Amino acid sequence: MANRISDETIEYVGILAKLELSDSEKEAAKADMEKMLDYIDTLNELDTTGIEPMSHVFQVSNVFREDVVTNGDSREEMLANAPQRKDDSFEVPRTIG
Amino acid sequence: MEILEFTALELGEKIQRREISVREAAQAALAQAEAAEPAINSYVTLDPEGALAQADEIQRKIDAGELAGPLAGVPVAVKDNMCIKGQLTTCSSKILSNFKPVYTAEAVLNLQKAGAVILGKTNMDEFAMGSTTETSYYGPTKNPHNTAHVPGGSSGGSCAAVAARECFGALGSDTGGSIRQPSSFCGVVGMKPTYGTVSRYGLIAYGSSLDQIGPITKDVSDCAAFLEAITSHDPKDSTSIRREDYRFTEALQDDVKGMRIGIPRDYMGEGLDGEVREAVMRAAKVLEEKGAVVEEFDLGLVKYAIPAYYTIASAEASSNLERFDGVKYGYRAAGYEDLHSMYKKTRSEGFGAEVKRRIMLGSFVLSSGYYDAYYLKALRVKALIKKAFDNAFEKYDMILGPAAPTTAPELGSSLSDPLKMYLGDIYTISVNLAGLPGMSAPVGKDHRGLPIGMQLIGNVFQEKKLLRAAYTYECATEKQFERAAELSGTGAAPAGTDGAGQEDTAKEAHQA
Repeated sequence: MANRISDETIEYVGILAKLELSDSEKEAAKADMEKMLDYIDTLNELDTTGIEPMSHVFQVSNVFREDVVTNGDSREEMLANAPQRKDDSFEVPRTIG
Repeated sequence: MEILEFTALELGEKIQRREISVREAAQAALAQAEAAEPAINSYVTLDPEGALAQADEIQRKIDAGELAGPLAGVPVAVKDNMCIKGQLTTCSSKILSNFKPVYTAEAVLNLQKAGAVILGKTNMDEFAMGSTTETSYYGPTKNPHNTAHVPGGSSGGSCAAVAARECFGALGSDTGGSIRQPSSFCGVVGMKPTYGTVSRYGLIAYGSSLDQIGPITKDVSDCAAFLEAITSHDPKDSTSIRREDYRFTEALQDDVKGMRIGIPRDYMGEGLDGEVREAVMRAAKVLEEKGAVVEEFDLGLVKYAIPAYYTIASAEASSNLERFDGVKYGYRAAGYEDLHSMYKKTRSEGFGAEVKRRIMLGSFVLSSGYYDAYYLKALRVKALIKKAFDNAFEKYDMILGPAAPTTAPELGSSLSDPLKMYLGDIYTISVNLAGLPGMSAPVGKDHRGLPIGMQLIGNVFQEKKLLRAAYTYECATEKQFERAAELSGTGAAPAGTDGAGQEDTAKEAHQA
């Protein structure tokens, strides 16, 4: 079955992906995604009833360690990468009122 | 013999014997890189000054008896998705065009501890998303064997740098074939180890459950030596595995007697180029003559690996790449209205088309209402694919097949149809889904002189079997590293390339 991506869906995906798309980019994205989803739909040829989803190939669970600080203070080095900083903080546009 | 002719291990030995100084080795590789870069564009960042400083320091340690390993003093390159403290690390993306990490990736640290000299950072598909190295923001890398063709990807810069003798070995990363496929296209040896064998700490994540760092080298012995140097159990990577045996160079034995090798019929059929098929079957014959038991079998599920992979990898990518938002590092767009518009503008301007395509697909398959039908379905198929390999490894010590269906395509012929490009990963991708080790080793060339690679796939933790088989093949065929024809002699750039212009673009972007 051919997938159809609606204008609302591509709008929604843009919000989830935090991407701003022009009208032509939206159309291209719709076409790309429809094609990929049609391709991904071939997975439905396989009966996976009773098969557990495998997120990790090895049987590993959370790996814990003691919460001990091992690295030094690299505040200045990290802030050196900041697109904008104010004193000892990263600066971003105003978020509330 | 010229310095550039040596393999990494040969060079390391000459350095230990004081026949060649570490500085001489670094200077030879840097001179070759400067000559080759206008045509090849393997590097995003070449760091001659830093390399020579490292060389002098390593020489001092060797002279003081503090450093005696086989790779001490050997000049290497690192894919630009691995962090090196204080050195530009771009992932070949605009969004990280000015990012200088505050720590070094564990695999790189291990290489530094072994005494390797890091010459620079190599070009790649943006965020490792692509199979040609053409999605790089810093211009495509060219195949040193024929600069009208791609080197493969996403570790195309690392593979081209080794093939063009711009370094003596390199690190790549492999999420769906990104070490093995470009190694095949560039005529070099590349290995993706078992998932969890090399620490991912400091590797900028694409698909975390699939990503694995591995070596790219001139021959199989170098591959084993690099692997031995970079593998370790790392508490900083929660998926890192403690292996019982890291002595990979012990596997360099000219003997495959009794080894059971399976060739999947589903890898050798429709879609496979005739010359690639012939070269791979010839290689199988060589191993058979050396005493291996070779037979064909049906692996199954091969065509489902690509759709499962793109679902899982895109889902993980959409989550991993959320962090690039213009707040703490990297590019930030100008002219935004509020925080949310800053995120959106930054990401829209900072990411290239293929990255956006995968982030959107990943966001969709993880979204409410589609998660079960797409994401969980793909994880169930992954379990089936793993089972198919488990069944195969009950009968065989390893699987042999091609690394890619064709030799390197021409530049510009792949990106117009992403689905077609994705199909080029058909033989490599399932190996990542199942967490297995796989390697590519050169087995010949097609009629245009483009290299062909065979792929060996082992069960988890069986890297040594792969190395032994590949080494035996090398011994039997007396195969040695073949330098790229176009760069033989002086290493001068072939006429009619536009590489120089692209290098300028990269530099401008760095300065921005």
